[in-house]
Amino acid sequence: MEILTKFLDKNGLVFAFLVVGVIMYGSGILSVKLTHKKIPGSAIAILIGLVLAYLGGIYSNGQKGLADVPFFSGFGLMGGAMFRDFAVVSTAMGASLLVMRSTGWVGALSLFLGIVLSFLGGVLVALLWGYTDTESLTTIGAGACTYIVGPVTGAAVGASSDVIALSIAAGVVKTIVVTIGTPFIARSIGLDNPHTAMIFGGLMGTTSGVTAGLAATDPKLVPYGALTATFYTGLGCLLCPSVLYLLMRMVFG
Amino acid sequence: MIIYGVALLAFCYITGQLLGEYLGLLIGVNANVGGVGFAMLLLVLINDWLHKKGYLDALTEAGVQFWSQMYIPIIVAMAATQNVRVAVSSGLIALFAGLVPVIICIATIPFLSRLSRPTPTQSHGDSH
Repeated sequence: MEILTKFLDKNGLVFAFLVVGVIMYGSGILSVKLTHKKIPGSAIAILIGLVLAYLGGIYSNGQKGLADVPFFSGFGLMGGAMFRDFAVVSTAMGASLLVMRSTGWVGALSLFLGIVLSFLGGVLVALLWGYTDTESLTTIGAGACTYIVGPVTGAAVGASSDVIALSIAAGVVKTIVVTIGTPFIARSIGLDNPHTAMIFGGLMGTTSGVTAGLAATDPKLVPYGALTATFYTGLGCLLCPSVLYLLMRMVFG
Repeated sequence: MIIYGVALLAFCYITGQLLGEYLGLLIGVNANVGGVGFAMLLLVLINDWLHKKGYLDALTEAGVQFWSQMYIPIIVAMAATQNVRVAVSSGLIALFAGLVPVIICIATIPFLSRLSRPTPTQSHGDSH
């Protein structure tokens, strides 16, 4: 047992390749047998991943889901930002420059709208739950953008640590909602072309959620959504602690 | 050679991400601003240029394509490392603070995409 644990720890990444391969294979079968391909295999695989993350989190009490369980530490590397971004960039290979150019200004508009609307949505929920101080409201609103914007903003405006934790949780919920929800709502919002995918990426902003959700919907749309979503967190970190915080102070004192 | 493709991808990734880091520093934000986006644009441009010059062979392209095929498995691994426990256990306020913005933003998508309908030739011809 000890040898096995040590071995899997040393070869974590390769073991993660194996496990993910098995998950993908199983999801493919489930997709055909159980849903007659109505739910794509990749969507089922991502869902299984989220369930494993939950179980891993409960088992280890850690923050990185399955990656905190000793056998599966390789998931941290395979599913980490480096591999994710490297793979996301590679999807641009087949993307059309023409579409990117023609969506440019709406993409930028969707970024600003996405940040402001998410922020206001978060503030609204915080107000309903009885938060009244500007710092907490701003931080929870920022957390509704992404789980990075929340803590960055919270630290900048001096929010309390439980509010910062809450803002992270809100951001993670958003990521999960976008991941699971995208394939289901794609048709009704016309998310079937690169143009709309770029707007979608800008509005939602959570790079993990957008890329996973689009992958489950139609992998061809991934590069377009990722292209705008990648600007979201940075822009959010810029706007939330500055302009939006100042506006909040003008309103709530 | 396969490694040429992987190296090309790595070049775009490093350059784009560095640009994003410096842009973040420049505007005084503690985050990478658009690094992945710059890297993607760079890859599209270089790919286009190499294609025209005829420098791209099938193996070089395969070096990039391998990673775009690995994309979904990597996303599955990423899903498995999300902090789902905290999201589930943080109660209703976190749930609503995450859910409400998504619903609001989704509602504006049809409006935004109508606002900027691409010309008919593009909307039908380019969705390959």
